[in-house]
Amino acid sequence: MAERASFLDGGGPAAPPRANGELVFAAPWESRVFGIAVALQEQGLFSWDEFRQCLIAEIAAWERARGSAERDQDWSYYARWQAALETLVTRQGVCLRTDLDARARALAARPPGHDH
Amino acid sequence: MSHHHDHTHDDDPARAEALRAEALETLLREKGIVQPEVIDAIVQRYAQDIGPMNGARVVARAWSDPAYKTRLLADGTAAIAELGFGGAQGEHIVVVENTDRVHNVVVCTLCSCYPWPVLGLPPTWYKEPAYRSRVVREPRQVLAEMGLTLDRRVEIRVWDSSSEVRYLVLPQRPAGTEPLDETELAGWVTRDSMIGVGLPQAPVTERADG
Repeated sequence: MAERASFLDGGGPAAPPRANGELVFAAPWESRVFGIAVALQEQGLFSWDEFRQCLIAEIAAWERARGSAERDQDWSYYARWQAALETLVTRQGVCLRTDLDARARALAARPPGHDH
Repeated sequence: MSHHHDHTHDDDPARAEALRAEALETLLREKGIVQPEVIDAIVQRYAQDIGPMNGARVVARAWSDPAYKTRLLADGTAAIAELGFGGAQGEHIVVVENTDRVHNVVVCTLCSCYPWPVLGLPPTWYKEPAYRSRVVREPRQVLAEMGLTLDRRVEIRVWDSSSEVRYLVLPQRPAGTEPLDETELAGWVTRDSMIGVGLPQAPVTERADG
């Protein structure tokens, strides 16, 4: 059952970037992790409120670990979104953090040429 | 470090994030928890409006400004950057022009390389093996199935994208649009017309269901 995700529409620190009212994805992977989160929420793996709380915590932890100059330079909203998603997925026992790490390393080792 | 692929540094944070995203999606797919088509549909539902607007502005500018069109066909990446659009990966965008004699269509036979800075997210069918393989072998038939029947005398050129070169079709300006300004023209430019599987269309000004 789809739940109305008010934080996706409104402002606040956890709201996704928008331009002219529309969602903005700077790269395809950002849209994929956006879509995965929506899909998992629709399946009931977590609620939007749980996701939002987790996202806020990831953003806060990331900011605490950095000075203000670094924060401006390295900020990526969807990297934090991805981190929140990984936290929830591993917390729910859907997959292990070590599996994710291993898969990312395996994908990085592919021959170059056709990254999407 | 390889010398011929210096854009794939392992310490590139954008690439590292893209790989983590792909790792998560592939693991969830293998466990049967998410399906790629479902994610496609969600993303389109939320964001179908983000993409083609950039490309539409490029095409409308080319239709309105002959000097811009010349620059666009000579160096697509640079001319598109004039309007503030560009890719994080630095791939080249080559613009191919439709004429009375030539119709261009874009595919990526190996995967789904796509000029996303101007076209946004690729549609699901673009990534499907059926389109990727068939449009090369029988483009006229595939286009007809997608609703675009071309005169037999029009030559069809199929452009295969890669991670280095992405193609954007410059469709022909429709007859009867002479009085329109650039902003109005942009409303005629559809995503499909910039992939080459459709033609520009008069914008829908009102929707029945709001």
